[in-house]
Amino acid sequence: MTRALITGNQAAAWGARLARAEYVPAFPITPQTEIIETLAKWIDHGAMDCRMVMLESEHSMITAAGAAAATGVRVFTATSSQGLMYAMEMLYSVPGMRAPLVLVNVSRGLQTPLTLEPDHNDVLAARDSGFLQIHCATCQEVLDQTLIAYRLAEHHKVRLPVLVNLDGFYLSFTREPVEIPEPAAVDRFLPGYDAETTRFHAGEPVSQGVAVLGSSPYSYFRYEDHLAALQGLPAYEAIAAEFAAQFGRDYAPVELYRSDDAEFALFMIGSFATKAKDAVDRMREAGWRVGLVRPRLLRPYPDAALRRALAGKRGVAVVDQNLSLGKGGILHSELASVLYGQPDAPPILASFIGGLGGRDIGPEEFFEMIRIVRQAAETGITPPPRLLFTENELREVRKMQAIAHVERKEAAK
Amino acid sequence: MYRIRFHGRGGQGMKTASRLLGTAFFLAGYQVQDAPRYGAERRGAPIFAFVRAAKAAIFERGIIREPDLVVVADDSLVPVPMAGVLQGADPHTVMLLNTGESAETWRHRLNYPGTLLTLPAEAAERAELRFVGATCAGAAARLLGVIPRETLAAALHQELAAHGEAVVQRNLDQALAAFDAMAEHAGCVGEGAAVGLDRAPAPAWVELPVDPADAAAAAIHAGATSVEVRTGLWRILRPVIDYARCNRCWWVCSEFCPDSAIKVVDGRPEIDYDHCKGCMICVAQCPPHAIAAVPERQFSEAKA
Repeated sequence: MTRALITGNQAAAWGARLARAEYVPAFPITPQTEIIETLAKWIDHGAMDCRMVMLESEHSMITAAGAAAATGVRVFTATSSQGLMYAMEMLYSVPGMRAPLVLVNVSRGLQTPLTLEPDHNDVLAARDSGFLQIHCATCQEVLDQTLIAYRLAEHHKVRLPVLVNLDGFYLSFTREPVEIPEPAAVDRFLPGYDAETTRFHAGEPVSQGVAVLGSSPYSYFRYEDHLAALQGLPAYEAIAAEFAAQFGRDYAPVELYRSDDAEFALFMIGSFATKAKDAVDRMREAGWRVGLVRPRLLRPYPDAALRRALAGKRGVAVVDQNLSLGKGGILHSELASVLYGQPDAPPILASFIGGLGGRDIGPEEFFEMIRIVRQAAETGITPPPRLLFTENELREVRKMQAIAHVERKEAAK
Repeated sequence: MYRIRFHGRGGQGMKTASRLLGTAFFLAGYQVQDAPRYGAERRGAPIFAFVRAAKAAIFERGIIREPDLVVVADDSLVPVPMAGVLQGADPHTVMLLNTGESAETWRHRLNYPGTLLTLPAEAAERAELRFVGATCAGAAARLLGVIPRETLAAALHQELAAHGEAVVQRNLDQALAAFDAMAEHAGCVGEGAAVGLDRAPAPAWVELPVDPADAAAAAIHAGATSVEVRTGLWRILRPVIDYARCNRCWWVCSEFCPDSAIKVVDGRPEIDYDHCKGCMICVAQCPPHAIAAVPERQFSEAKA
């Protein structure tokens, strides 16, 4: 085992290398490109026995990934943001082929307007596709979860593609100490891929993605995919337990940080959740009983674990780093759907939208969110959804708009 | 926790500086987080990089709001608002500036609340463009006082090994010279405290108004902005045409210029220094080698 300072992108590449991925269809996009650059260098130097192919788009890339996985080879690929959007048709097509592969997404906000920094609208647009989703908070987790993702994808009761998500900049370009396990140890945890019946070879023709006109067969096949995704939950739990036993790092479907005896909880996914941990420590120092609940697994959704984690809490602040336009935070409504009607569900489930396009969330904002939830628990009235956006930020935007307004007048001349 | 922010221009090696310091901390037994931050990557544009180091696990992420040490590789960045050099500086913040002027001048000019140091003249002079990252990392390591000289050297070997022994040696000379030059200020940077409830005023959140669609659409209505922004200020090197050598080919330099900053007037190329970012592509492309790369500093000194 080596302990090294590496970026989240390099950690993802290490995951693919240690998993002995055999085929990598690729297409560059910021902030993901370092992953395929790293793999390309290793393949070039002979450190990885793997075939990499540059495709002409992400749509083709996911098509190639699915087709290659159907032949029974271990496939790795990666993208981000607009690239994931461009691949969307195939993201929904590939899971039904029941051919496992691992796709790393480096989260970046979607346009318009264009940005490079992260939020989760890209990955959440793939939420209903049939790709299972694992969300990472540290560079170490990116490497480890890539390995776990292969076991999950290739599990014989699951056999679905898995998406591993990390945040652009905050993980992709950030170096942290990462334990890189020995290849032999990884081989014990993740042996070569047994493709079972997934064998699309020359001379053995298979028609993939056939048409089933008439609604009954369609319903059957779609629901079978859903049932397979649900099988992913016990499968993930067993695989994560095995990983913890072998490597000493625990990746339960839901991370709980100081939440056991907490009255109030912050609820969020991704790397910003480590900022929440820091805020939890500060609030604990001040005597506030606050914890963090962070789902790692978002598909399949860990219903029971979340109900257990939040049972008896007086209030929850859900921090959504995404925005369903015309509805609000996606995590908030998903969490409400599993808590509603439960006898000991928290009475207050407050919605906060923050960190869009990589906007920072300061410690004072975590404190304020908990202050608001505490107050709501006293009055019993759930506060309206709140965008984390300050007077100063609005002033800055107004300045930009003033310039654009002058330009409009100039242009009209 | 130590929180260090490096400011420089794209191409000056601030990402490298942050990684040198990050690796040095790591080898000295610290938990570390280092990262560069930039927009669309461009040579000459203001960028920053940060390093966090602590004995315990680091949960903070992203921008450093309250730095313990700010290292500025290029003093022309100080007055650039988007560079945010002074952001969060308070009396405990040490600033290290690479400048031709005195620390006293800058302290007075900025009314700087904390300790302001400059790279010593001999180090600054030796901090040739290509090595300013190593120089800054070396000086920063000494100011922190918790990184031994040989650990700095080991970090530099590790980070730059891929570039060959010669590059390692020259950077090492610069880094160690800067490390030695800062001896009298060794350990002057202290670890900042965490932001607890006692010093975190409630955020001034606002309700966003519903604005009309044409104001709320992210659109720029004329091409005026790019002309107004003097991107020439990003330049570290200036391309200078020797018209005696220019063979009036009329298109190579102007065609290759990614910023359309070279105009051909009557068969003669003219560089728009207000908008040339100093990428030096014209210098590389010019067939008769008639364009030279001259350090921008020489022009500012000549003007002074």
